[in-house]
Amino acid sequence: MPEGTLCNKQPVNTKEQLHALLADTRGTVYYQEMEKLEIDRNALWANIRKTLKSRMRTWLEICAHCGLCADSCFFYLSNNKDPRQVPSYKIQSTLGEIVKRKGDVDNAFMRYVMDTAWGKCTCCNRCGTYCPFGIDMGVMFSYVRGLCFTQGFVPWEMKIGSGMHRIYRAQMDITTEDWVDTCKWMVEENEDEWPKLEIPIDKENADIIYTVNAREPKHYPEDLGEAAILFHIAGENWTVPSDGWEETSLAMFAGDWEGSRLQVESVYDAIERLKPKRMVVTECGHAYRATVIEGPYWTGRASGKPPVETLHYVEWVADALRTGKLKIDPAKKIKEPVTYQDSCNYIRNAGLRKDARDIMSYIAEDFREMKPCGEHNFCCGGGGGLNGIGRYREQRNTGQKVKRDQILETGAKLVITPCHNCWDAVRDLEENYKIGIRWSFLKPLLLNMVIVPDHLKPDE
Amino acid sequence: MYDIVTGPLAWLSFLIFFIGILVRSILYIRGLDWKLDRVTYTRNVSYGIKGAVKSIFFWLMPFGSQSWRNNPGFTVLVFTFHIGLLVTPVFLLGHNILLQERWGVGFFTISETTADILTIAVLVSALFLLLRRAALPEVRILTTPYDVLLLCISILPFLTGFLAHHQVSSYNFWLIAHIISGEIWLIAVPFTKLSHIILFFMSRAQLGMDFGIKRGGMKGGGITW
Repeated sequence: MPEGTLCNKQPVNTKEQLHALLADTRGTVYYQEMEKLEIDRNALWANIRKTLKSRMRTWLEICAHCGLCADSCFFYLSNNKDPRQVPSYKIQSTLGEIVKRKGDVDNAFMRYVMDTAWGKCTCCNRCGTYCPFGIDMGVMFSYVRGLCFTQGFVPWEMKIGSGMHRIYRAQMDITTEDWVDTCKWMVEENEDEWPKLEIPIDKENADIIYTVNAREPKHYPEDLGEAAILFHIAGENWTVPSDGWEETSLAMFAGDWEGSRLQVESVYDAIERLKPKRMVVTECGHAYRATVIEGPYWTGRASGKPPVETLHYVEWVADALRTGKLKIDPAKKIKEPVTYQDSCNYIRNAGLRKDARDIMSYIAEDFREMKPCGEHNFCCGGGGGLNGIGRYREQRNTGQKVKRDQILETGAKLVITPCHNCWDAVRDLEENYKIGIRWSFLKPLLLNMVIVPDHLKPDE
Repeated sequence: MYDIVTGPLAWLSFLIFFIGILVRSILYIRGLDWKLDRVTYTRNVSYGIKGAVKSIFFWLMPFGSQSWRNNPGFTVLVFTFHIGLLVTPVFLLGHNILLQERWGVGFFTISETTADILTIAVLVSALFLLLRRAALPEVRILTTPYDVLLLCISILPFLTGFLAHHQVSSYNFWLIAHIISGEIWLIAVPFTKLSHIILFFMSRAQLGMDFGIKRGGMKGGGITW
C-alpha cells in the first residue's frame, strides 16, 4: 500500500518525523505524496461502522434538504452564495457520500473531503443552531476530520500540530524548561514595577491553576506577564503547573482524537497533582473547548467535567469585576466605540455570552454589538485551525468578508478579541481589507484601566 | 376491493406505521453513545431535560426560533403544510365516523369546510415548497428525486381524498385511491425520511441536551434558539 514518507497514515510520534515534516517547506512534497496516498477502504468503513451511531446517521438520513442552513454559514455568504457552500451540501457530498459508498472512495475524492472539512468549514457549529432538525454539521465535519486523519488526508500544518502535541504536549516545541524559564523571565521583566510579583510554579492547593496557549510563552510572553500582574492586583492565590500548562489542541483541529486525549490528560494530571480549587484558562477559545468542554469525554470522565471547576478568562475577569477584586478607574474606561468578537468556542458552544457582556459594561462607555451577536455571531473566519493552514489561505481571506462587514456596521474601530484565533483572524482581516481597525485581548486593556491598590505600587 | 383496503391492508399499514416508529425511536435512543456523542445523557439529567424541552418547544412554535424568524415565508409554508397534514386526517369527520363504527372511539371533529380549507392549504403549500426547491439555487443543489417522491406520497392522500369527497368523477375510484395512498404514506413513514415524524423530536431533544448539558446550558442561560 503506497504511503509517502511524509504523507501517510501514521501520526507523528517522534522528533525525527516532526523535523522531516517541518523541513518540507509549505508541505510541497507532503501534498505531492498525498496525491498518491492509497485509501484503506476496509479500515475506513470499519471505523465508520464503529463510530457513526444513531445521532449522525439520523442527521444524514432525515436532512429535509430545505436549505435553511445556507444563510447560517459565513462561507456561503462570503462566496456570493455559492450553492456548493451550503452546509448540507458540503456534508452530504462528503460524509454522506462515504457512507453511501460504504467507504469505497478514491484518492481524489478524499482530497475533496479534506479540502471541504478544513477549507470550507471551521466547525463553528452555527449551522446546527439554524437547522429545524438540529443537524449540527460542525459536529459532523469534526468527525469527518477524524476519518481523514486516520487515512492520512490531513493538511500539512495540522499533521505537524498533532505531532507537536504528541511529542511536547504543546502545540509548539516548548519544553518544560522553556516554559519555566519564560515564567521566571516575565517575573524579572516586571518586578521593578510590580514588587513581590510572582508566577508561582507547581504550588499545591492554590485557589487557581492558570493554564495557557503555547503561543503565549513562545511568541507573546508579555501576555503571561500581564496575566500575572492582574492576578497579583486581584490578590489571587494562584499557580501554574510546570507540566500540563498547555490548553490548546491542534490535535482537535486535526481530528487526532488520541493526540487530543494525550494533551488534555497532561492538564488533568497537573490538576490532580497540584489540587487547586479552580482552573482558569487564558483568552483562547478552542483551548477552552478542547480542555473543558470536549476533553472530559476524550479521557472518559463520566461526569463530563474536568477534575475541577474551570473558568475561561472572561469568566474570571467578569467575576473579578463583579466582586471588586478588580476595580476599573472610570476615567480610563474605553471611550471610543468598541465591539466584541464572540468566540464560537466559548460563546456559542459554552454559553459565556453574558460574562462577556458584563465585562463590556464595566470597561466600555460605547459598546456596540455586532449583528448578529452572542451565540448567533459569525465565526471570525479563522476558527477550526483555518488560520494556520496555508493551503486554504485564500478561502480564509474570502470568508472574512462577513466579519469585515459586521465590524464595519458597528462603526467601532476597536475590536475586543479574547481568543487567539479571533485575534489572529481580525489582525489578518485588517491586513487584507484595511478597514482601519485595532484589535486587542482583554489583558492589556484591563491593565490600562484597573485601579492599583497603594500597597502594590513600588516605593518611590 | 374496499373490504381489502379498509380491512387487512389498513391493519397492516397501521401496524407497520406504529411498530415502525416505535422501533425507530428505540433504535435511535439505543444508538446514542455518551462517549462518541460527547454528551453525558444520564448525568445532569435536569439540565438535559430543560435543554431538550427548549430545543423542541421553540422550533415547534411558528417564528419561535431565530431561523424561523429569518425565513418568514418558508416558515408559513412549513407550518401550514404540517398543521394541515396532521390535523386533517386525525380530526376529519369521515375518519372519525369510521373509527366510531369499527372501534367505538373517536376524537372531536372539524367541520367539512375546515377540512377543505386545510386540504387546499396542504396542497397549495406543497406546490410552493416544490417551486421553492426549483427556484432557489441553495435548495435546488440539495434536492433529489427522492425528496419530490416523498412530497408526492405525502400529498396524494389529500388530493385523492379531496376529489373523492367532492365526487368530481367516480367516487369509488378516488376513495380506493385515497385509502391506498394513505396506506402508502403510513408504510413509508418508518422506512424513509418521513420518519422525521418522530425523529424530529429525537434529534431536537438530542441537540437540546448537547447544548443543555455540555455546551453552555450549565453556565449562563444556555443557547437561545
